[in-house]
Amino acid sequence: MTRPISKTINVPVADGDGDRYTLRMGPQHPATHGVLRVDLELDGETILKCTPHVGYLHRGFEKLAEHRTYAQSLILTDRLDYIAAMSNNVGYCVAVEKLLGVSCPMRAKYIRTIVGEMSRLCSHLLWLATHALDIGAMTVFLYCFREREILLDLFEKLCGARLTFSYTRIGGVRQDVTADFMSELQRFVDIFPSKVSDYETLIDTNRIWLKRTVGIGVLSADEALSLGLTGACLRGSGVDYDIRKHRPYDAYDQVDFEVPIGADGDIYARYRCRMEEMLQSNKILQQCIDQLPPGPIFNDDAPDLVMPMQGERKIEADTTTYGSGLIKFIDEHGSHPVGDVYVSTEVPKGELGFYFISDGSGHPYRMHIRSPSFIHIGAIPYLAEGGFIADLIANIGTLDVVLGECDR
Amino acid sequence: MHVLIVFIEILVLFAVVMLHVAYATYFERKIIGHMQVRLGPMQQGWHGLLQPIADGIKSFFKEDIVPAQADVLPFRAAPIICLTAMMAALAVLPFASGWVLADINIGLLFIFAMSSLASYGVILAGWATNSKYTFLGGLRSMAQVVSYEISFGLSLVGVMMLSGSLNLSKIVEAQGSSFGGMYLFPQIIAFFVFCVAMLAETNRVPFDLPEAETELVSGYCTEYSGMRYAMFFMAEYIGMMVMASIGTICFLGGWNGPFEVAFFPPFWFVFKIYIFMFVFIWIRATMPRYRYDQLMDIGWKLLIPLSLVNIVLTGIVKAFVG
Repeated sequence: MTRPISKTINVPVADGDGDRYTLRMGPQHPATHGVLRVDLELDGETILKCTPHVGYLHRGFEKLAEHRTYAQSLILTDRLDYIAAMSNNVGYCVAVEKLLGVSCPMRAKYIRTIVGEMSRLCSHLLWLATHALDIGAMTVFLYCFREREILLDLFEKLCGARLTFSYTRIGGVRQDVTADFMSELQRFVDIFPSKVSDYETLIDTNRIWLKRTVGIGVLSADEALSLGLTGACLRGSGVDYDIRKHRPYDAYDQVDFEVPIGADGDIYARYRCRMEEMLQSNKILQQCIDQLPPGPIFNDDAPDLVMPMQGERKIEADTTTYGSGLIKFIDEHGSHPVGDVYVSTEVPKGELGFYFISDGSGHPYRMHIRSPSFIHIGAIPYLAEGGFIADLIANIGTLDVVLGECDR
Repeated sequence: MHVLIVFIEILVLFAVVMLHVAYATYFERKIIGHMQVRLGPMQQGWHGLLQPIADGIKSFFKEDIVPAQADVLPFRAAPIICLTAMMAALAVLPFASGWVLADINIGLLFIFAMSSLASYGVILAGWATNSKYTFLGGLRSMAQVVSYEISFGLSLVGVMMLSGSLNLSKIVEAQGSSFGGMYLFPQIIAFFVFCVAMLAETNRVPFDLPEAETELVSGYCTEYSGMRYAMFFMAEYIGMMVMASIGTICFLGGWNGPFEVAFFPPFWFVFKIYIFMFVFIWIRATMPRYRYDQLMDIGWKLLIPLSLVNIVLTGIVKAFVG
């Protein structure tokens, strides 16, 4: 059977229905952040109807995870929100630890908090960069990438990867931080607030920026809640909800930080929220550097998922290869708790939840990922309808969606 | 014989302007690069000096793609209209005392006419491509040109009233060679309106809506490739230069400078044009983009009233002071 050729461009400009015409924006469009497709019904430049289509990046992670051990699924989480892969790693490990009843040593918790906040900065910097570029401010884009590069270099120093880290482990983290890493991080933490004020100089009180953001894409607290928004999109509307604060995981109960809350619920409020969050992240990083306790970086009661390290963990006599730890994990059928668990963490985009159903075998019976981006995309029609094309672009930017996470 | 001389003059002007256009792109990329903590072109030649030439060769040898659904004749003609109209505007520009191809009495009007004609190219391109992004780009361009042409024209009425002429050379001469004679000072409101309208006329940030790349992919030139795309590009840069020249002539005293440069009379003219170009680029590196309706608001509700006020004020002052 031959499939009809896509008529994305060949549709006549006027469809005969009065002045209405359709415009299919995406999946290859500079401002749809990946492969989001938005079908627009337009009257001139006014959007009458807006329908987002997702699924162009679907890779079936939830199904794949059913055939992998808990440890093996970790690498899938790198590919969710690839801008802040470290946060997903952390979220996944926190969830699996809860399921398996494994604890995590304090040092590893601090390290996870550090990498989690670093990836929050990475994500927010990229969000600011692309959001500003969407609205037309080109220089902010490159300024943000300058600082993001430092962070990626730090990640590289920490675990050798710049994009897909797979750094955390169930019951700890893979490698300890080095003194070199810590001093570089300290240097970054010292300079970062001045860089944030650099960005603010360019756009914070810029008339055009204000015209494009203030009063556009307004969501009241009720609307934001009923749309299921989380993260800065919810906080921008004045709802005080941050999992780091209200259901702390890792070392977030040990550090002191504030949750920035907006009031107006427009694009500018969300922008201010994220800018403040960056400074708060910086504050958390500083505290983690100061407080980082000594000790092991993974627990002895953790399932054998961590590569045995010389001196710290003996390779058992009957295991001859590194992979055997994973085999052991599957073979011990019945040794894992049966039941289901939902654990969510605060990733840069919002609330990332992992829902596992365990039948006691080495791999999950079902895994569901509650990804903020997917839910945020649902808010696009709500925000965009009745507005202009230019506002749609600003609205997609302000929701901060990543299609890798949305389509999973 | 006279025709031959004019022909040679045209060729020389064409070559010189094209060279300037090529290096204006280099100028822009370098400046914007350094403003954005990067280096700009560095590979072709010393600090990328041969980059414009490489770009020219590249776009010349690229395939000229005409989309299947496009209306072929207007599609092919549009970039030519754009470029020709902009080039024609160059004919009346006085680069120095006596250095002008056509010293006509309606020089300023001629430039208005040509810059309006160039926008036909943009509109035709948007329409003829028969794609929705280009169509929207064309529409935006049309609305923008209609609104800003008015304030652009009105902003220069004050200059016409002061100099009593539409001849560009006469306007320069009327300002005298002293610094204080520049119309920038008595016509400061007009200068502001002119600068904003100038950005809108040339589709530059923050008014680059017809080609807003994050909204309309590339606006009216989305489907263009190769040399035709480059022609739009050249037209845009010549447009910038023409606008900068108008600004120089009408407000900054044209070719007059603090001292005479004997070996190269147009020195100050070119220098002032490049000041304008730098401002163009500086704004591009700094500003976000206006929305369509906000652009209209500024044009109709701010610039046109302002320029009308300026005309009235100029008239009153001229009537009483002389």
